Amino acid sequence: MSHGNKNQAAMVKEISGTNPLKCMKCGKCSASCPAFDKMDIKPHQFVSYVVNEDVESLAKCESLWVCLSCFACVERCPRDVKPGKIVDAARQIVVRQKGGNYLSANEIPELIDEDLPQQLLVSAFRKFRR
Amino acid sequence: MSIKGEEFRPQIVAFCCNWCSYAGADLAGSSRLAYPADVKIIRVPCSCRVNPMFILRAFEKGADGVIICGCHPGDCHYSTGNYYARRRMTLLFSMLDYVGIERGRTRVEWVSAAEGVKFSQTMNEFVETIRGLGKNVRLGDLRCKK
Amino acid sequence: MHGIGVFVCHCGSNIAATVDVKKVVEMARLEPGVVHAEDYQYMCSEAGQEKIAAAIREKNLKGIVVCSCSPRMHEATFRKCAEKAGINPYMVEIANIREQCSWIHKDIAEGTEKAVILTRAAIAKVNLNTSLVPGESLVTKRALVIGGGIAGIQTALDIADAGYEVDIVEKTPSIGGKMAQLDKTFPTLDCSACILTPKMVDAAAHEKITLYTYSEIEKVSGFVGDFTVEIRKKARYVNMDKCTGCGVCMEKCPSKKALSEFNAGLNTRPAIYTPFAQAIPNVPVIDPTQCTKLKTGKCGLCERFCQAGAIDYTQQDEIVTQKYGAIVVATGFDVIKLDNYDEYAYSQSKDVITSLELERIMNAAGPTKGHLERMSDGKHPKNIVFIQCVGSRCNDSKGKPYCSKICCMYTAKHAMLIRDKYPDVNVTVFYIDVRTPGKNFDEFYRRAVEEYGVNYVKGQVGKVTPEPDGSLTVHGVDLLENKQLKVSADMVVLAAAIEPNPAVRKIATMLTASIDTNNFLTEAHPKLRPVESPTAGVFLSGVCQGPKDIPETVSQAGAAAIKVVGLLAKDKLLTNPCTAKPDELRCNGCSVCANVCPYGAISYEDKLVNDHGVRETRRVAVVNSALCQGCGACTVACPSGVMDLQGFSNRQIIAEVDAICR
Repeated sequence: MSHGNKNQAAMVKEISGTNPLKCMKCGKCSASCPAFDKMDIKPHQFVSYVVNEDVESLAKCESLWVCLSCFACVERCPRDVKPGKIVDAARQIVVRQKGGNYLSANEIPELIDEDLPQQLLVSAFRKFRR
Repeated sequence: MSIKGEEFRPQIVAFCCNWCSYAGADLAGSSRLAYPADVKIIRVPCSCRVNPMFILRAFEKGADGVIICGCHPGDCHYSTGNYYARRRMTLLFSMLDYVGIERGRTRVEWVSAAEGVKFSQTMNEFVETIRGLGKNVRLGDLRCKK
Repeated sequence: MHGIGVFVCHCGSNIAATVDVKKVVEMARLEPGVVHAEDYQYMCSEAGQEKIAAAIREKNLKGIVVCSCSPRMHEATFRKCAEKAGINPYMVEIANIREQCSWIHKDIAEGTEKAVILTRAAIAKVNLNTSLVPGESLVTKRALVIGGGIAGIQTALDIADAGYEVDIVEKTPSIGGKMAQLDKTFPTLDCSACILTPKMVDAAAHEKITLYTYSEIEKVSGFVGDFTVEIRKKARYVNMDKCTGCGVCMEKCPSKKALSEFNAGLNTRPAIYTPFAQAIPNVPVIDPTQCTKLKTGKCGLCERFCQAGAIDYTQQDEIVTQKYGAIVVATGFDVIKLDNYDEYAYSQSKDVITSLELERIMNAAGPTKGHLERMSDGKHPKNIVFIQCVGSRCNDSKGKPYCSKICCMYTAKHAMLIRDKYPDVNVTVFYIDVRTPGKNFDEFYRRAVEEYGVNYVKGQVGKVTPEPDGSLTVHGVDLLENKQLKVSADMVVLAAAIEPNPAVRKIATMLTASIDTNNFLTEAHPKLRPVESPTAGVFLSGVCQGPKDIPETVSQAGAAAIKVVGLLAKDKLLTNPCTAKPDELRCNGCSVCANVCPYGAISYEDKLVNDHGVRETRRVAVVNSALCQGCGACTVACPSGVMDLQGFSNRQIIAEVDAICR
């Protein structure tokens, strides 16, 4: 495995603030995921990709943009691994490579809703094109 | 960690009560949870056995930090020993602070026999703090200068 | 002191791999007073001890330092060895160069340096050691068992069979514990009551066993061999001597709204009740929070109908004080509260139940008379889903980080029993791992799959949603198929984690027994002393020490019992000679030391002293060495620094400080 991959995996860990080694492969994330059927890499597999330092595949996968950022997996993960945050981190890596967010900062204020988790907005910022 | 001539290696004395913290230190050892070799442990029956005199002596002889570990409040093998230790040390530490030994160089921590992880973490943190504070000023014994 | 011997142990490679043992020996030789130093592969072995003894005899050693493992491990061994060789056992000091040196450091230079310093400190201390002679204390030949579940019952029976008096203190109105609530037991499917109730009867009938049911520990004082315990016998409002156990009071009681604890809250019980029909003692108690008579003064039906005249509304709590030589903690477990697991809809649907609740539903004496029914509408369920690891193996703040150990097996049992009795019911088990280490355990689980057709699916459930038609939708995943599943169920059973009985915290504090972050009691040694608490005279039995099933609990109960018997068989125990000792000449009798002593070991006497030729009578402190436990609180409190602790004297500790900071 190349060095770049290792760095990327480390970056995913850093951005997401999670430790994928804590995962006990229970699959509660996949069971909770509303977008499961549309995903090519399933939520519980995200974690293994980071452990195996294969962030490139993660960056290429459909799931990254299918994930709704509903954070059901983050909320319910019994091991505090938070697959949703890993997705978000991988997304950020892609966005950084392409040099820019999908939403422009000016569009954000009108989207703010008090009931909305801020993380979701940030996630959308990275995810949606225009 | 390697021994380097340049690196500041503090001298740290840890008083551990026999029933909880010393056993906690043993557990840290048998679980191979590393902490710096700068920490040297002295076994006492209870944290309340730690006479302020011992701490003054340590600072007089060049210690850079002193930590006292006892059972959690309520769990003292002798029922109330750690409460005495807590009160005495609160007073002593504020006095030491007054004479120029920073508050960070002295510490009381409760570590149970089951808390090997906590013991190791506490010692790592404490050593880190002391390293940050640097070499201690030595307490002098004026009686020796006569 | 001249004539110190230093013995450095390699402990195989445990020490020698990180500490240059030869260097430690060499450095020790340079210390003042050291006349002999050597190293050996295993100092604690017979050959090693022989080396120490030979050196003591040949070189006429006065004191020795052994550089080895923790003194908590082998101090006693080396003291015995020294005593055999002819010196006082308290002339031995241990330098802990394994747990506190070689095992935590990787660098040899660093490890060796620290080992040398630790050795130096021990030599400095032993230089000031004095010969000490332990006193003796009598052993009270009676044991206390806290908790009347299977662990407590078995421990008490084993101790009593060996001929010693045992008291069982049980918080609830009857002994029996959680096992009494179970329907069948794995892996043999015996009926739980059939194997437990005879033991309960044996315990009650045993002439050496006294039961204190509906009682709690109020206060514990004393030490090994001589504990004094206050037991609060809560007011039953029923005279135990008069009651015949006919049960008329329970029938007539008009207040029947309280949830039955025994049936896991699935149905109700009267205000005057016995937890279950086979309760021992078969004497009801009145729940003062439910009884109309006790709350308002009106009613009194039970008293009117009781032909034995056993009802006594004026009864008060009673405190019994008893002396014990040993105490066994057997407080058992509880199922965790599921408030944090809202995704499984436990609080929203009556048909989402815990396994313990299912146990009651399956039991012939339970709320449904043993018929498998939904608690919401009494209908027979067609599809049942079991969810494993609810709250177990959780790293977050919601659950418990440990494996509860018994859930895999009892779920297999439930699944099998349901399929056996009701072949029309589909059973699905969502699991993360199936853990079946135990005799005939894996075979049992395989039978559930192969013979009974239980559908095991690998993957944790994400959510359970109650549907308007009364069914439940289970949102799960099949990790092996990589498919998300939606299973419609009529009943969902949660294998909720078990936790130590919440009461154990208070009890552990009273006993000064240590407890871990999950509230399990700590063993004296995790492998070699698994049934003893680090506090002498306190023993552990059952789940209070860690999750375990019934056979394990029974084995542990027997092990705890034999430890108790071993203690009670002694007439006298040697007391710790490291006690406080005042310098009478300098004591001014101020009473400060007596005020801080937790044992009342210090008193004052008018003594004739000869202070440099001045003979006068002074009030001085006197320590009762039988009561003194050697904590040292008084030594620091003494304003004139007169009180000292033998074995840990001011001079000794200061010598250690000096040696470390040199």
